[in-house]
Amino acid sequence: MQRREFLTKTVADKIPVKDPVLELQNQKLPDHLDLGTASIAPFTGTWGRAQAIHLLRRTLFGFTKADVDFFAAMNMSDAVDYIMNVPVNPPLPPVNGYNTAQLSDPNISAGSTWVNGPDDNQFTSQRRNSLYAWWMQQILNPDRNIREKMTMFWHNHFATEVETVGSPIIAYNHHKLLRENCLGNFKTFVKNVTIDPAMLVYLNGNVNTKTAPDENHARELMELFTLGKGADSQYTEDDVKNAAKVLTGWRINNSTYTAFFNGNNHETSNKTFSAFFNNTTITGQTGANGALETDDLLNMIFSKDDVVARYIVRKLYRYFVYYVIDSTIETNIIIPLADDFKANWDIKQLVTALLKSQHFFDTNNMGCNIKNPIEVISTCSKVFSIQYPTGPVEDQYQAWYAMFTLGAYAGMAIGNPPNVSGWPAYYQSPQYTESWLNSDTLPKRIFITVALMAVGYQYKAGKKLQADVIAFAQQFSNPEDPTKLIQDTIDLLLPLDLSSTSKATLKQSTLLFGQSADHYWTTAWNDYIAAPTDATKKGTVTTGLQLMLKYLLDLAENQLS
Amino acid sequence: MKRKDFLKKAIPAAMVPFFINGISIKSMASTPMLEAIKRASLKNGRVFVLIQLNGGNDGLNTIIPIDQYSNLSAARSNILVQQSKVLAMTGTNATGMHPAMTGLRNMYDSGKVSIVQSVGYPNPNFSHFRATDIWHSASDSNQYVGSGWAGRYLEDLYTGFPTGYPNTNDPDPLAISIGYAVSTALMGPTVSTGVAISNPTSFYQLVNGTVDPAPNTPAGHELTYVRLVLQQTQSYNDTVKAAAQAVTNKATYPTNNSLGDQLKIVANLIAGGLQTPIYTVSLGGFDTHSAQVTSSGSTDTGNHADLWKKVSDAIAAFQSDCEQLGIADRVAGMTYSEFGRRIKSNASLGTDHGAAAPVIVFGKNVNPGIIGNNPTIPSSVTVNDNVPMQYDFRQVYASVLEDWFQASVSKIDSDLLLKHFDTLAIFKSTLDVKKVKNGNNITLMQNYPNPFKDFTNIEFVSPGGHVELRLFDSQGRLLKTLINGTVPRGNYTEVLDGSNLPAGNYYYQLVTTNGQVGRHLVKM
Repeated sequence: MQRREFLTKTVADKIPVKDPVLELQNQKLPDHLDLGTASIAPFTGTWGRAQAIHLLRRTLFGFTKADVDFFAAMNMSDAVDYIMNVPVNPPLPPVNGYNTAQLSDPNISAGSTWVNGPDDNQFTSQRRNSLYAWWMQQILNPDRNIREKMTMFWHNHFATEVETVGSPIIAYNHHKLLRENCLGNFKTFVKNVTIDPAMLVYLNGNVNTKTAPDENHARELMELFTLGKGADSQYTEDDVKNAAKVLTGWRINNSTYTAFFNGNNHETSNKTFSAFFNNTTITGQTGANGALETDDLLNMIFSKDDVVARYIVRKLYRYFVYYVIDSTIETNIIIPLADDFKANWDIKQLVTALLKSQHFFDTNNMGCNIKNPIEVISTCSKVFSIQYPTGPVEDQYQAWYAMFTLGAYAGMAIGNPPNVSGWPAYYQSPQYTESWLNSDTLPKRIFITVALMAVGYQYKAGKKLQADVIAFAQQFSNPEDPTKLIQDTIDLLLPLDLSSTSKATLKQSTLLFGQSADHYWTTAWNDYIAAPTDATKKGTVTTGLQLMLKYLLDLAENQLS
Repeated sequence: MKRKDFLKKAIPAAMVPFFINGISIKSMASTPMLEAIKRASLKNGRVFVLIQLNGGNDGLNTIIPIDQYSNLSAARSNILVQQSKVLAMTGTNATGMHPAMTGLRNMYDSGKVSIVQSVGYPNPNFSHFRATDIWHSASDSNQYVGSGWAGRYLEDLYTGFPTGYPNTNDPDPLAISIGYAVSTALMGPTVSTGVAISNPTSFYQLVNGTVDPAPNTPAGHELTYVRLVLQQTQSYNDTVKAAAQAVTNKATYPTNNSLGDQLKIVANLIAGGLQTPIYTVSLGGFDTHSAQVTSSGSTDTGNHADLWKKVSDAIAAFQSDCEQLGIADRVAGMTYSEFGRRIKSNASLGTDHGAAAPVIVFGKNVNPGIIGNNPTIPSSVTVNDNVPMQYDFRQVYASVLEDWFQASVSKIDSDLLLKHFDTLAIFKSTLDVKKVKNGNNITLMQNYPNPFKDFTNIEFVSPGGHVELRLFDSQGRLLKTLINGTVPRGNYTEVLDGSNLPAGNYYYQLVTTNGQVGRHLVKM
């Protein structure tokens, strides 16, 4: 043993080993934890508010007390079916909400949609911003179905960047495609995305040519979209090159914003793949028939059905349940779900089975997801029923756009993930969702939520988005009772309860204004109810509520879902 | 005898005196004070800045091998910078820089840049995400390591981290990532050693609340994680703000240059007095599958030119700032990317994922010049051909750890880089560098016959000591180790049986204690 090691060892031995921080075994997954009943059999336990809230936390971008009341009154199966029932028609498209006194769009009037074309270089950035604002509108609206959560999943999975794609129309069409297919057939979805103009631009598929194929698209089709890079996915570099050749020839028509196949750019030789694909040969085709090779390629990839199905099920599991997949979860949850999934590639059936399972509702799986930045913002907006302008359209789009920028500020610019693999929270082992948080982003989250709750966020001169904390308190049955008010608030906001000591401290230092008797709050509240227009009385209860809510929003617990 | 050598040979008996910065310390047993003094001596005040170029940089279009021009033209005429526009570098006619890199070229000419040619690793991976993991974790291509190389170094240096940090001796962050996210290179064996800062003057102070015990469930695990981040945010708030406000930058940084913005913060924090030894910054956009150049007629403009103008201007401003702020003696940095790009270009004016590429190390204390040879470009390049590695990226890390940070060799081998890697002569020998190596002093003859059918002879001169002779395919995959052992000084001939190899371009490499060298061979 050399001296330095000797010294290090003796000192290290003196360091107390039991430290809560050192329990964070982030170099390996926290697989010593009990991950709950590993069964995909339907949940048969008691259906109550806690179960309804868990379902809403994971499938909606926020909820109100009224939403909890609504779902808690159902049974589990009906509640999940209700959530999974996505409207057939996609939302109405984004419109011109970007006219200003200085610059108006001469071709698209205010309130009319720009998605039917043509693109206009003068308004490219306005239309992209219109798309982001429109998307935030979908996220922030009070719908009670899973569409936006699924759309976000697929946006992360089939990641593209609006700013790179260029054309706002092509970008919108891509996001329309994501919504239309979000609970559809996965194989069809992959085909649609493979020849989707936005993806062709993003991964250079539209310039992939027989003379020197561009491999970007082919690689990500296998590595990220279908097979993954796990131990069971043994495609080779030559497979990537051959897949690139198969995909040569797809082009975009810049006047119709659609993809077409140009046989002149297509590599017509036979493409033989590795043993992983059973040495499959895709026979080279000429002319328009070259496009059929794309179907052959997808059929070949999907012939590795166990690999594809398990890769997708694991990713969905990490999104909806928890990022740790140990051997028990793999055997009892992932594989059975994947076996059903590969029979028909029905996404809705797969997600429904997961959400109805014993495992999903096990208490050990509650509260263990770290919210993504958009969830932080949207749950705050919804729980405090922040009101958005009902007109004019420019104000509406500015308000939604402001919420989009807050997401970007906290590290999640929807529409523009960091790269084609999406956000690290959904693939980067061992941290996964923990990677959302660090000493830069966590203070920003807290700043945003506290600002929306207490001081308001100014989205244009003189106009703010702000919580009405009194209305928030009034939705509960006994807002004059400070103990009950705090408990009701915690139940709605946080996935973990606080200790009675913490709640007592909180009550005393906020609602009781430092005093010890409950009547300080009760009197203040009743005084306000008796004279709701009295500015002083209103100010008193507002301050108490804001202090209480700030304390709760500052807590680490508020980052969990 | 140098201190490190002495320590290696010292017997760890209780009463043996040893020396720290010339002061004799009587070591009776480890005490907190002794530990602090030992650590203070290990922390030599040096700072290293890791500049990540995300996406895979086209090394052949960065540090341009002029002597390979005709073969390069054949392989990538639509993107190759015109030879007349390549920036000349002092002391060499064979190698030049991309025309956008005037800042770095001027730094090279004034002796502040060391270029390591063809840095990679055996069996390269072509996925951005996996390749980045490999670079950050310093693992072998087929090895999965959850921690980062710099994080392992810092957790070892700062004993017991994160318990009890920050404290009076170590008030500052161990490492800082400029931006929203902490680099995975800073992940330590237990927790991340880095903090992320996007704007040091508006770093936040949060309220410390009452803390309830975390339950022993997944939710409790994540709760503890969030609390740790909260705690770190609070702990470093004051020191970072104070450092940011203590001095102002002296150089003019380029505008609309996010890398320049990041490096400006780094210079400010170092000069402001932070003891943080490692900073990470990054610039994205290097995944130039298409439109790498404006057109085949204007190959000196376009995305790649814009990127390197940014990198080069930002580093030049940073270096100038460090010099004016009086910190240049103890600051160095390097650029790296998860991989290089393919030799052959594609038809969309771009290049696909490739293998080895140059690493650029800069600072007043680097040994100026080029380490290694220009990559050899075969006369007939296929889509499969890649630039083979001359140096392992972990040799660069070994040089940073051993020669710049003066970490112990045994610790580097066992815990930090997980096996032994020879250092390179990146830093000046006056910096306690024990070995000076020159890749050009090693003799490896061209094989004969070449091209060959079944057998060919490889002649080399062993300087004495450990020698490895290795064969790679054109994609850089290690096929065979022909020799691996101690070979006395002298001339040798090794016969390569290539009868089982498919026809194509290959590469063989000789690794000796004096460095390494490689050559191409062709199987018919």
